[in-house]
Amino acid sequence: MLISGKMSSCYDINVSCSNKNLNIGKKLKALIVDDDRVVRMVHKGLLKKFGVETHEAKNGEEAVLAHRAGACFDLILMDLDMPVMNGRQATQELRDMDVVSLIVGVTSTGEEEKEAFMNAGLDYYYQKPLTVDVVRLLVEKFKDDA
Amino acid sequence: MEVGQLQRSFIEYISSLFNEGFLDAQFSQLQQLQDESNPDFVVEVVSLFFEDSERLLNDLTMALDQPNVDFKQVDAHVHQLKGSSSSVGAQRVKNCCVPFRNVCEEQNTEGCLRCLQQIKQEYLLVKNKLQTLFELEQQIVAAGGAIPMMQ
Repeated sequence: MLISGKMSSCYDINVSCSNKNLNIGKKLKALIVDDDRVVRMVHKGLLKKFGVETHEAKNGEEAVLAHRAGACFDLILMDLDMPVMNGRQATQELRDMDVVSLIVGVTSTGEEEKEAFMNAGLDYYYQKPLTVDVVRLLVEKFKDDA
Repeated sequence: MEVGQLQRSFIEYISSLFNEGFLDAQFSQLQQLQDESNPDFVVEVVSLFFEDSERLLNDLTMALDQPNVDFKQVDAHVHQLKGSSSSVGAQRVKNCCVPFRNVCEEQNTEGCLRCLQQIKQEYLLVKNKLQTLFELEQQIVAAGGAIPMMQ
């Protein structure tokens, strides 16, 4: 698993994360879930541009396991087609675990998958590749809610 | 060659890559992400793209060489190639993926082999072009100049 960095007590899953900015007063934290390392690297570069701390998972299961281990992110960029566990299942499972992070579906599949993916609990859905403007919009949502 | 001339050659060359459709706006996005804190970002992402594409093209060649082609597997490889090529802005490689997935859905081995040849050709072309671009960048830096920013 690629998840790294400190999983300190502030990410205790028992703590109610009701505010949109789950890591108030800190850098925004994002989890990039994608099986393609080129995509992960580009998304990491995009988020770093806006000062967002990034973590990575190679499939949906790694994302779910990270949360079970107590990780908590403000923003999750979720791919759809991944081995082991796809993005739709992972999003559903995270929502079932009461994860309230902003989950953004990012796929290169067509619109036909959009509805089912959104219904799994996405906040937003974008086609790959993400751009600087889209990431700016996403990051600004946290400023608006602060 | 003096710096100014190298910079002009760079602008001319990269413009031709956009005009001829080898690269699209996503490549400009990558360039925007490169700064002092991330000085080699574009080369690093593109190198990863080269490595992964070559692995995927090899996997595709082997998958299509089987007596019973696993089209689901072929489709998964093409899907991945589509994702990574669109992430770096390798437009002509990305554009080859759509017809490739269509013939894959039809379980058309001949069609898949044709698409594979085409995608290999486009990949080698864009790889060559990007390597030339990076060499030009290195020459500019070695001559003490800055890489021109494209609009």
